[in-house]
Order: sequence, then structure tokens, then C-alpha cells
Amino acid sequence: MREVGRKTPEELLRECQAQEAAATKGHLKIFLGYASGVGKSFRMLDEARRRRERGQDVVVGAIQPKVPPEIEPLLKNLEVIPLKRVDNGTAIDVEALIRRHPVVCFIDGLAYNNPPGLHNPTRWQDVQDLLNAGIKVIASINIQYVAELQKDVEEITGKHVTETVPVSFIKSADEIEIVDAPPEEPLERPPDEQAEAQKRDQRLSRLRELALVLAADVVDHQLNEYLECNGLKQQFGANERILVCITPRANMQEMMEMAQIIAQRFHGELTVAYVNQPNISSVDQSALDARLAIASAAGAHIEILEGDDPADTLLDFARSRGITQLFVGHTQRTGLSRLWGSPIGKLIRDSRGMDVRVFPQ
Amino acid sequence: MTEQPRGKLKIFMGYAAGVGKTYKMLEEAHQLKAAGVDIVVGYFEPHGRLDTIAKSEGLETIPRKTIDYRGSTFEEMDTDAILARHPQACVVDEFPHTSVPGSPRAKRWEDVQVLLDAGIDVLTTMNIQHLESLNDQVWNISGVRVRETIPDWVVQQADEVVVVDLTPRALLHRLKRGVVYERGKAEQALQKFFRESTLVALRELALRQAAHEVEHRISNVTVQTRKHHKILVLITANPKTAMAIRRAKRIGDFLGAECFAVTVQPSGDLSGLAEADREAVERHLNFARNLHIETRILEGEDMASAVVDFGRRNQITQIFVTRPGGWSSLHALTRDPVQKIIGLAKDMQIVIVSDREPLAQ
Repeated sequence: MREVGRKTPEELLRECQAQEAAATKGHLKIFLGYASGVGKSFRMLDEARRRRERGQDVVVGAIQPKVPPEIEPLLKNLEVIPLKRVDNGTAIDVEALIRRHPVVCFIDGLAYNNPPGLHNPTRWQDVQDLLNAGIKVIASINIQYVAELQKDVEEITGKHVTETVPVSFIKSADEIEIVDAPPEEPLERPPDEQAEAQKRDQRLSRLRELALVLAADVVDHQLNEYLECNGLKQQFGANERILVCITPRANMQEMMEMAQIIAQRFHGELTVAYVNQPNISSVDQSALDARLAIASAAGAHIEILEGDDPADTLLDFARSRGITQLFVGHTQRTGLSRLWGSPIGKLIRDSRGMDVRVFPQ
Repeated sequence: MTEQPRGKLKIFMGYAAGVGKTYKMLEEAHQLKAAGVDIVVGYFEPHGRLDTIAKSEGLETIPRKTIDYRGSTFEEMDTDAILARHPQACVVDEFPHTSVPGSPRAKRWEDVQVLLDAGIDVLTTMNIQHLESLNDQVWNISGVRVRETIPDWVVQQADEVVVVDLTPRALLHRLKRGVVYERGKAEQALQKFFRESTLVALRELALRQAAHEVEHRISNVTVQTRKHHKILVLITANPKTAMAIRRAKRIGDFLGAECFAVTVQPSGDLSGLAEADREAVERHLNFARNLHIETRILEGEDMASAVVDFGRRNQITQIFVTRPGGWSSLHALTRDPVQKIIGLAKDMQIVIVSDREPLAQ
């Protein structure tokens, strides 16, 4: 069995080549906002204006149904290819855009379903066609329309949204820019509106947090790709990544509790790893399976590692994944004087770049 | 004198020079002025950037005051003049700035406290790399030890933290066009903070921090962790102690945990230490206090048992220590308190805080 988590040079090469291939495709940039009215459209179309002023061939492929007044003057100086009308709705005019083939196409609002009968059921798939045709696309989206976040969004807003974009499409973006502005707050409010306004602010704040975390995740993804493709071993730890190391008899409850709280608070990643031991008893095996099931239910990634030396195996894996915090259990049975010779001593000694959190067992 | 309500603080947070923090702040100042707010510019650093300078026009500016130091003349914000003018709101650029010796206050953020206390709202700018608790991570990412830092509690006090976002590619483009710095300085900058991988990682830190700031402000009203955590960090003369303090404070802030810092001395004070060690311990105690961590000097012959006893009496759940040095000699290791603390603290988690030196690139 191959060691998990490490990429072979061939895999890396393939990934880098895939990325180079993608580079000949159109480049995707996304403006992410957390509510309507934070200024996504303005920011995006202002970029269209600047590019046009620099002499770039720029076209607007979609604008919002209602154009806010501050955007009108921007649109006046831009070429707009209007949405095409079909029987029961509108969609971006993919054919016309590909025929026109600008260097950059601006799409205000990614999350629309196309009327039935069209080639693609959704607008983001139309955008993919533009990208495949070699057109650079700059598009805007509101966090409330990300498919995978629907549960959170519904909980926050109480509204169910049917037109969404998958997070994988957003993560495929070459660039993402967040349009951040805290919820606006009038200076004075009549007392009867106070409570309602506070609730609204909280809703907006929670959406804003979702958007910031998604943007950070996209950036993290880009960072890892960049580091790998440039063969950089450096691990940056801009995101917290926790590795809980377990054994068949580990007392896992406290470790998992702490790991989950920290992962949640830092919006970090949680992995639980076990280094395969030869010839373990069936009792230990079922104890281990139970622990892995608990970890899996808690939403952790599970990794079964192979290696002669447990500490070295864990550290190699941790380094390859950019782990920032290692969680280990320590039984007093090891004896005090033998700590530094034990696997835990080795973990502490060689865990450069990672904190080691020791749990008494 | 009647009690003034404290002014509101708004921070425009970026991840590098040139992302547009000052521009965005001045834009908001104009909007406030248009809405009838009496707003002045208390300090503005033009950096020779034309678009930003243009944005500062039309706003009342309080002249800087000059301070002579070692035969040279320096300019600083004139806090007294702003207080005398007493506007409703004031723009203060470069929050982390250290004032020239001889100024009334050492740090600009301290001047801002004075303005806020006087009931003046403040708009200010900073980059993520100046946040104290991220100092080691920033060092790890960029290879730069940032000297001008702001304690986390100062940022937490802000009523709003807004991210001013720009993609690293666009920023590098600006830098190369000479928008951010003049030629020579731009090339210098490209060697340090402005490597693409560094920018991407810093940007991720900024987005995550902003998400945390939002969550922190929501949590104040609603969420509480189930278990109450209390953190203790061990202070010694070891220079790595500062890293342990920062890390303990950061984890503590995210967990909503109280933080204590203790040092153990046989005499119960620092008099028994050699001068260099005493200075180091004093510096670490002061550093902890500046981060709003409560400090204690414990009396005891044995460091490990004194720390664990204190922990037990004070319901400490986690002890943060520095990584033991001197791995080459088993004798030095055995004397290190970490091993004994792990052995004694059967009811506490022990976190061995890692070194975060940047790897050579």
C-alpha cells in the first residue's frame, strides 16, 4: 500500500500540466459579495471601465434585471451584448459572445437557471462554455447562491433559494475578490425598530462571515497549488490544520472535543490518523474501528498510514499536509524518564512548524 | 465635565501596501462628509500615490506637528490639535505606526485611544502582518520580522473591521507599473513581502482574521463554548517565550478562554536571577501584560510542580510551554521542565509551542 497523502513527482507533474492546459482556456475571476447592495456590480463594472480605458477589448454579457443608478454611467461607456429572449425567459447569448470573442467578458450575476430547452440548464455552465472558447470571464456572485452553503443560508435568512452555483465552480476560479462592507447602520433608530434592525445586522454579519471564509478557502486552495507547482516545500500555516494521532486504546473523547472546537473556531481542517501496526489483536482492531467511526462522524478526514516508525510516519504525513497542530495522547505508563526516547518525545523534538498538544490519558 | 460616549473605531484591513486601504478610507470620509458628518483628516500618508492624494482633496486636514530628534525633524499626528478642534470623526492613516521618540505617546494606536476616549470616531488603516498574535506566522510566511505591532485587544475593540481586498496578481501589476512605490523601492519590495506566494498567504490570513472579527462580534451576543477553558503560559528567560505567549493568546482569544502568564522563582521575585535572565523575564512579563494577559510570579524551587499546583488551584485546562532546547544533551533535556510538567499535569493539556522560523528559500 502506498503511503497516503504524499503526491508522487508524476502526480505533481500531471497536475502542473493540467494547470498549464487550463491556462490556455479563459481565465475566470469572481467578485464575491454577501448581500445585494454591497457594491459587487459597481466594483466589477468599474474594473470593466478601467480595462477599457487601458485599451482592452471588453464586453458586458449580462447585467442585473434592475440597474442601480450608480451603475448607469458606467454602462453608458461599455459595449453590452444583451441577454437573449427565449419563450419563457432570458439567458446570456453564448453564441453571440463567442462570435464577438472579446478578450474579457463581464457577467453580473452567475446564479441563474436558464429557461428550459437551452443547451445548458444554468448560467454558470454557459460561462464555462465561454471559458472553453478562450474568453476571460469576470463574474459576480452573492454568497447566498452557493449550492453547498444552502443549509447555512436558509438557517440564517429563512429563505430557500433554487438558483445556485456549485462551490467547485467558484473554487475553480483563477482569482477571487471579496467585496466587503459591514452592514450599514443608521445612527439613530426609533426604539421599536431597534430589535428588528439588530436581527437584520446579525443575519448580514453571519452571511459576511460565510463569504470571508469561502474566499479564504479559495485562496488557500490557490496557495497550495502554487506551492506544489513551484516545488516549494515551505508550509505556510495560513490556515490551521489539526492532526489527531490515535492508537487503538486512545482515550479519544477529550482530544476530539478540543480538536473540533479549534477546527470550528479557526475554520480549519481536522484529520485523524492512525499508523497501521502489524498483528494487532481483534479486540484492538474493533476498538480502533469504533474510534475511527467516531472521528468520521465528527467530520474529520481519516488517514490510515503505513510505516515502520510511527513518529516518523506521522511527521512525514503532517509535513506533507501542512499540519499546524498535532494532538497526541500520553499515558503515564511510559514513565517520566523515558519520555524523550518515546514516540511522543520524538514528535515534540522533530515537529518543527507544528505545535504539539499532549493529552493526559 | 459630562461623560462622553466613546468614539467608534473602524479599521480598513489589508494584506500589503498598495491594496487600496487609504483610498477606500478617504472615499468613506467623503461619503460621511456629504452626509453631514464633521470629519477631518488627522494623519494621512500620501506615499506619492496620485489617486490617493486626489482623494484627500476637499477634506479638512489638521496640520502635523514637527518633532526634533537627534538633529532631524520628524512629522507626527498632532493629537492635541485634533482634540482642540474636536470633530465628530477623524481619519488616521497607518494605525501601527511608531512615533518618533519625544512624542507624547509611543504608538499611534495609543493616540487613537485618546481620540476615541474623547468621543471622536476614528477611521484607520492597517495590514494583517501588524497584528501581534500573528507575528510568528508572518515571519514564517514572509521571512520578515515585523517590528511595529498592534495588540489583538486593540483590534478587537474596533466596532468594524473591513477587508480591503485585491487579488495578488492585480497588486503585483500595480507594483510593476510603479503605482505603489517608486522604482528602486518597488524592486526591493518584490524581494520581500511582494513574492506572490507570500501575498497569497498573507491575504488568506487577512480574510480569516476578518471572518474571526465578524464572528467575535456576533458571539458577544449569542454563542458560548460549552466548556470553560483557561490557559496558562509559562514564562522563562528563553527567547522563544514570546512565541508561546502569542500563540497562547491567539488560541485563547479564539476559544474565548482566559489567559494567565506565570514565572516560577525560588525567591518569589526576580532578584535571584542573573541580570540578563532577569531582563529577559521582565521583558516577557511586560509583553504578556501589554497583550492583556494577567501575570504572576510564583514562589517555588521546582518549576514544574509550582506550575502544575497553580494550574490545579486555578482550574487551568491548558498549559503552553516553549519547545525544549538543547536536544543534543540528554542531561539538558531531563532538566527541562516540559517533561516533568507532562508527567505531573494529569488533568491538563500541555501545548508545546513550535518554532516558526522561515525556511531558507
